[in-house]
Amino acid sequence: MRLFEYEAKIILAKYGVPTPQGGLATNASQALEVASRLKPPFAVKAQVLVAGRGKAGGILFADSIDEVKGAAERLLNAQIKGMPVRSLWIEEKIRVKKELYFGITIDRFKQCYVAVASAVGGMEIEEIAAKTPEKVIKTLINPQQGFLPYQTKQIARKIGYSGAQISELGRAFERLYTAGKDYDAELIEMNPIVETTDGKFIAADARIIIDDNALFRHPEYKKRLLEGESELTLQELEAMKNDLAYVKLDGNIGVIGNGAGLVMATLDTIQYYGGKPANFLDVGGGAPSEKTALALKIVLSDRNVKALFINILGGITRCDDVARGILDARQKLGITKPMAIRLVGTNEEEGKKILDAAGIHAFDSMEETAQRVVEMSRGGS
Amino acid sequence: MGIIIDKDTRAIVQGITGTQGSFHTKLMLEYGTKIVAGTSPGKGGTRFENVPIYDTVEEAQKEDPADASMIFVPAPFAVDAAMEAIDNGIKTIVIITEHIPIRDSISLMAFARENKAVAIGPNTPGIITPGECKLGIMPAHIFKPGSIGMISRSGTLTYEIAASLTGKGLGQSTCLGLGGDPITGLNFIDVLKMFRNDAHTKAVVLIGEIGGNLEELTAGYIEEEEYPKPVVAYVAGRSAPPGKRMGHAGAIIMGKAGTAESKIEAFKKAGVQVAEKPGDVAELMTKAFNSLSKKN
Repeated sequence: MRLFEYEAKIILAKYGVPTPQGGLATNASQALEVASRLKPPFAVKAQVLVAGRGKAGGILFADSIDEVKGAAERLLNAQIKGMPVRSLWIEEKIRVKKELYFGITIDRFKQCYVAVASAVGGMEIEEIAAKTPEKVIKTLINPQQGFLPYQTKQIARKIGYSGAQISELGRAFERLYTAGKDYDAELIEMNPIVETTDGKFIAADARIIIDDNALFRHPEYKKRLLEGESELTLQELEAMKNDLAYVKLDGNIGVIGNGAGLVMATLDTIQYYGGKPANFLDVGGGAPSEKTALALKIVLSDRNVKALFINILGGITRCDDVARGILDARQKLGITKPMAIRLVGTNEEEGKKILDAAGIHAFDSMEETAQRVVEMSRGGS
Repeated sequence: MGIIIDKDTRAIVQGITGTQGSFHTKLMLEYGTKIVAGTSPGKGGTRFENVPIYDTVEEAQKEDPADASMIFVPAPFAVDAAMEAIDNGIKTIVIITEHIPIRDSISLMAFARENKAVAIGPNTPGIITPGECKLGIMPAHIFKPGSIGMISRSGTLTYEIAASLTGKGLGQSTCLGLGGDPITGLNFIDVLKMFRNDAHTKAVVLIGEIGGNLEELTAGYIEEEEYPKPVVAYVAGRSAPPGKRMGHAGAIIMGKAGTAESKIEAFKKAGVQVAEKPGDVAELMTKAFNSLSKKN
């Protein structure tokens, strides 16, 4: 789950990481009220969950409180990369001497957290790594010892600092790590962390992604995700609440299958035969008939869907249960879209008989079904 | 034969009385897996399918020591259960549980390393040495004994490919699910090393997917070590968009990192045969086998 900049900055401030003085506003008069407590000049920043917000016009600067009002009105009426702006973070503008990057993420291979730093900041770290890999400094964090002060100082030295500055920077790194660990962040970054003209360090922008599997430990954010604003579409949210994994794509073939890898492979196979998948949907193991029905409802809420591919490889899942679920849903939801169904595994014969009786032929091979559904999607039906 | 488990493996099931735990314990017993005990705090002293149940692993180990444990405990408690098994001398831990937080997995893997235990998973279908032992939730009938080793990040895709290998007469030595999470106990390289030393394994199938760079590192290992057995790979997620999690916690492209293209390219560069579709794996494997028998 992605946190908004303001949520991340509030967490950073709580852990003693220097951040600019600021406040949240959801309308222009609130923005004025926030600005009146701060020292000009100001930065007015749209709170949207998209990357590249600055370039897309989501950050405006204001020299006076009057200008804050204009900036706030403009941003609140704007869309940034298609996302409506519902709130603003107004803060004191920083005098920048240099922009740096610092973040903590996961090293899958080494099975630990890794600190990533660069003397170049302000753009996506992947971009920095691609352009100037030699400038990216990675430090593995031992899970038992944690992030040690000498490591933070080594990093500060390597990105070009010395004297008292390395202690100050090191402290910010260490605190960021503690915040990230406490909030189960799979990514926590200050990008950029700025060296100000008077030699101080301050996190000008911050990003936190909380591990979805740890949200049970962070109920306040889970509540915001499920009940309030998030980057998820309504369908993605509905799926999440019901323990289904759904991702909307831009094609016209609806896909349902059991197992993440199998569904990904199904999308790839559709694409291989020249079709375009409309979504990813994994119903998971077991898949009782109500779940199949809900999956169909979610997939068909996408008006672009012209045909459906249901790919079930029954291990734990029983094919006859799935067949009944499909027919139930077809009747209840009044589904008229053509379906290509692949059904193999446990109780396969029974499942196929049930579908046959309803005039639906179930295939054995994923490739054959994919070819059939691609034809259906072109049929104009 | 095969790796990690065989006909002599003695296992316990932690969380044996839960829906999943009891269902799969029954299936594993039917397969012939030696399950010597189960644990379920509060249910000690009872039995399930004649398997004795204990409150703690410590008691189970005192009565009848096991060398492997399967974990069916819910996510918030699963890491504690795995550590309990490791602390009581069990060296192979199979964690079926899905949705374990990354922070907990990191602590668990450090603990496993320190105690020289092998952790398989989390979020894995488990491991099977066909005809000998099954520690997992995979449907047994699609596997048959043979000489192909399989390593996978996905459950159902393993079943898909195993079924087609079996259908073409290509049996398996051991099939191991690494798990669909970002942090897993074993990675492709660890298991490739084990298959390298296993006389029964003649070739290896790798099933990768988007997210992370394990496939790229694996390709590097195969190339540098001139891996002596043929390797065929399939990578799922060519059509996945960046920034979206495709079902598995670990299956996500971040920016430009973790794409299927990058993994496929790395495998090809390392001389690994890469299948375009899951159904092509068996065909590529048959070809690899034919050229092996010509060489010998």
